[in-house]
This record gives sequence, structure tokens and C-alpha cells, in this order.
Amino acid sequence: MNALRVTWLFFKVGVLNELQYRVNFVVQLFQSAIALTVGLVVLALVYSHTDELNGWSQPELVCVLGIQILMGGAIKTYIQPNMTRLIDDVREGKLDYALTKPEDAQVLVSVREVRIWQVVDLVSGSIVLGVGLSEISTGVGALDALAFAGALLLGGVMIYCFWLVIATVSFWVVNMWTVVELFDGVFQTGRWPVGIYPGWLRYSVTFLVPIAFAVTVPAEAVTSRLDWQTLVLAVGFAAVLFTFTRWFWRYGLRNYTGASA
Amino acid sequence: MTSQPVATELPAKLRESGRLRSLAVFYLATMRIAVQEQFQYRAANYFYMLGMVAEPVIYLVVWTTIAEQQGGSVQGLTAGYFAAYYIVWTLVRNMNIVFGAPFWEFRIREGELNKDLLRPVLPLHWDIAYFAGWKFVVILFWIPLAVGLSLVFDPTLDPRLLEVAVFAVAIWGAYLVRTMLQESLGMLCFWTTRGAAIFDLYMTTELLLSGRLVPLPLMPDWVENIARFLPFQYAFFFPIESLVGDLSNAELARGLLAQVLWILIGLAIFRFAWKRAIKRYSAVGG
Repeated sequence: MNALRVTWLFFKVGVLNELQYRVNFVVQLFQSAIALTVGLVVLALVYSHTDELNGWSQPELVCVLGIQILMGGAIKTYIQPNMTRLIDDVREGKLDYALTKPEDAQVLVSVREVRIWQVVDLVSGSIVLGVGLSEISTGVGALDALAFAGALLLGGVMIYCFWLVIATVSFWVVNMWTVVELFDGVFQTGRWPVGIYPGWLRYSVTFLVPIAFAVTVPAEAVTSRLDWQTLVLAVGFAAVLFTFTRWFWRYGLRNYTGASA
Repeated sequence: MTSQPVATELPAKLRESGRLRSLAVFYLATMRIAVQEQFQYRAANYFYMLGMVAEPVIYLVVWTTIAEQQGGSVQGLTAGYFAAYYIVWTLVRNMNIVFGAPFWEFRIREGELNKDLLRPVLPLHWDIAYFAGWKFVVILFWIPLAVGLSLVFDPTLDPRLLEVAVFAVAIWGAYLVRTMLQESLGMLCFWTTRGAAIFDLYMTTELLLSGRLVPLPLMPDWVENIARFLPFQYAFFFPIESLVGDLSNAELARGLLAQVLWILIGLAIFRFAWKRAIKRYSAVGG
């Protein structure tokens, strides 16, 4: 309960702080618009040469694009800023400030930052998803919608776990910056359903970097493709990953001796 | 009266040759420093390259999937062609990473430029020389990556000897074309602190019109026609196609000529902008 209150408080302060810089909103809007245009142009280009890609029609891939933008927005609003701050704090010896507070350290390091203008991507992703859905004739059932919400949430949790594991590694390895760049590149694989990738790559972006769970599985739910086995697998994998992450974070913390503070 | 510097008494021709010689020495020394410096950061260089590989691999998989769905090819381009195109793409992309426009913002904001201006050599020369030296390290690191990708994706690559030779020149042409475009664009930083939006627009235009996204023949005809009159494809599509495609000797020669032309145009724009920029400049920090 206390954890929730702390999260809310950090969120409020973070938002107030960001709201001071209003021009950033316009810049963000412009950059999101460009990224979205490119995404749609690429889809138009692909579907000018074919009617379906591995069984997915154009409106269905518009949905995938929407979900990828949406998930990317969530990552850049909340997950990535906190994790890069954690990596920075470890390197600069400032993590001690968080560790000495009387609250669970994992909660604290996960909620300290919020980049509220990135919410633009959350909104534009939702709009793109909506447009894509409106062009699919079959419509979305209540059960599909429920599965979609669940899969999206599970995907978010898994991406968070992935990032925290990476950030925890920075207790041992100093230069984790390149990994941040690596993630941005690999996350682009989510633009396309993972089914098109060759096996090694498909497994990598499913279990190593859980992009398939975060984007493709929700997209399968919303296009009535999802079978219950996949959803069960998502629940199971999320649970395992979360438990492992919690253990790994504590293991890392036990070995952490602090730098100069 | 007698205290004139010796240099001015030398014939103009001799002075000019001395200037060129010292510039050559400067280039060689800077390139050697770049090689030695960058060779220390092997892991960082590799991670960066790996992150970059995600992009072409995605394009490659998408277009291979389409080709296979349609019985082997899209507009006559086979899966093997796509594999070759995007594997060569990785080298060309590495070659055209240059001293980019955003670095100019950094250079001005952090006051780095003050130091550079005190040197008797234009900063441009350092940019070209340092990144050119770095390329030797990059090419060396790229080879195992290319071997790995070739084993996975099975490219069709059967170039003539002349095509290999043209490619070896064209990747350096691409490097210089993109250097001059980016340096010219960087001059905007002397007038605005919000260049990021413009650079984004540039990158997007380049992505669509250069062959970075797809081989240009896959684009609609009107896009291909626009791209013909723009420099972007000479830093991407032309070098790749010179090795992977079946260009005639005349087309190869025309491509190289176009590269030279765009380098000169870029240089002219840069000189024009630099003269005005440096008059405007007032130092920040230091």
C-alpha cells in the first residue's frame, strides 16, 4: 500500500516538473508524427507488392504498428528513464541515496522518473490501433478485448523485468550504455509479427528480449488469433521472469559495495 | 623593413605545395590517431555495429518473406538478391557514418569550437580525416559480421572484377557525399539551437529516397524519379548496387561522376555557409 502511495507521489512530482518545459511537447509531437508517417509509408510500400504478409492483412499490421508505438511510448515514459537513471546512479555512486530510504529499493528505483511528453506516443499508438481495428471487418469480441488488455499488461511487466535485469548487470559492468542503443534497434522488430522471422531470431525476441510477448501477442489477441495456450505461456513466463528479476536484483544488491557517494 | 616573414618571400607556387604537403601530413597523422584510439574500444564498436544490424535484418526478412510468397521474387528481385543487398548495406551504412550535423550542436554548445578555431587548419579537415581513419577499424570489424550474415541468409553475389573495383571507390565516395551533406546541414546550428527537428526530417527524407529502406526500384516510379535528382542515393543505393546489381560500365561511370559532382556541390554549400557562420559565431563556454 505504501509502495503505491510512493509511486503516485513520485509520479505527481515528475509530471509537474516536466510540465514546465512546454516546447518539448511540440518537439515530441513533431518527432512522433514523423516516426508514424514513416511506419505507415513502409506498410503502404509492402502492401503495394503483396496482399498479405505471412497471413496478416494490411489493417492487421496497422494494429501491430499501433501496439508497437503504444508499448514504445510506455517504455519511454516510464520504464527506460528509470532504468537509465539507475545505470547512471550506479556509475556515479548516487544509488546510496535511494538505498538508504525506508522503502523497498526495487520499488524506489523503478518509479523515480517519468517523461510525461512521451505520452504522445501512447495516444498516437492508441489512435493507430483504433484506425486499424475499424478497418478489420470481423470486429473485436469482449473476450478478445479482455485477452488484449491482459496480454498488454503482461508484456509491459516482461519488458520492465528485462530492463531491470540489464540495469542490475551494471553493478558488475560499467558501460551499459551501448545496451540501451542495442535495445532501441531490436525493439523495431516488433513492427512485424514475429512469425516472419527465422527461428533463432524469433526465439531471441520472444524469450531473450520479450518483444513478441509485448507486441505480437496483444496483436494476436485483438485480431482473434490468440489461442489460450499462448496466453497461459505468457502468464507463466511473466511469473517466472518477475521472480527471477526480483531474486537477481537482490543478489546484485547484496554484492553492491557502493562507489564514491 | 627587413622583418618580413620568410614565407612571403617564397614564390607562390612553392608556398602552395608546402601547404598541401603539410595538409597531407595532417591527414595521415589524424587518421593514424583515429585507428589507434578506436581500436581500444573494440567492445563498444562491436555493440554499436550489432545494434545497427537489427535494421537491415528486419527489412531483409520482410522482403524475403514477400518474395517467397510470390514464388521467388518481387519485381524480379530474388531472395538471394535481397540478402546480398542488405548485407552489403551494412558495410555502406558503416561507411557513411560521418561527423554528423548534431555534433555541430555539441561542438558549439560545449565550446569545443573555440579550441578548434585556434588551430591553423579548418575543423572540416579534422572531421574528414578522423572519421576516414576510423573506417579502417570499422571495415576490419565488419568482416566477421558479414561472414556470419552470409552463412545465415545465403546471398547471391557474383560481381565482375570491375564492379568490385568501382565498389571499393564508391564506398569512399559515399563517405564523402554524406560527410559534405551532414557538415553543410550542421551549419544550421550557428543559427538555431533546435536543429534536432530538422535533422529528423533530413533522416526521414534520406531513409525513403536513398535506398536505405528498400532497393529504389521497389519504390513507386515517381519517387524513383525524384530520387534521381537528389544526392541521397549516391551514399546508399549506388554503392550497394554497383556490387550487388548488374550495372553497365556506362552506368558505373555515371554513378561515380555523380558522386564527385555531389561532393563538389556539398563543398560549395559548406564553404558558403561556413564563411557566414563563422562571422556570426560568438563563443560559448570553453
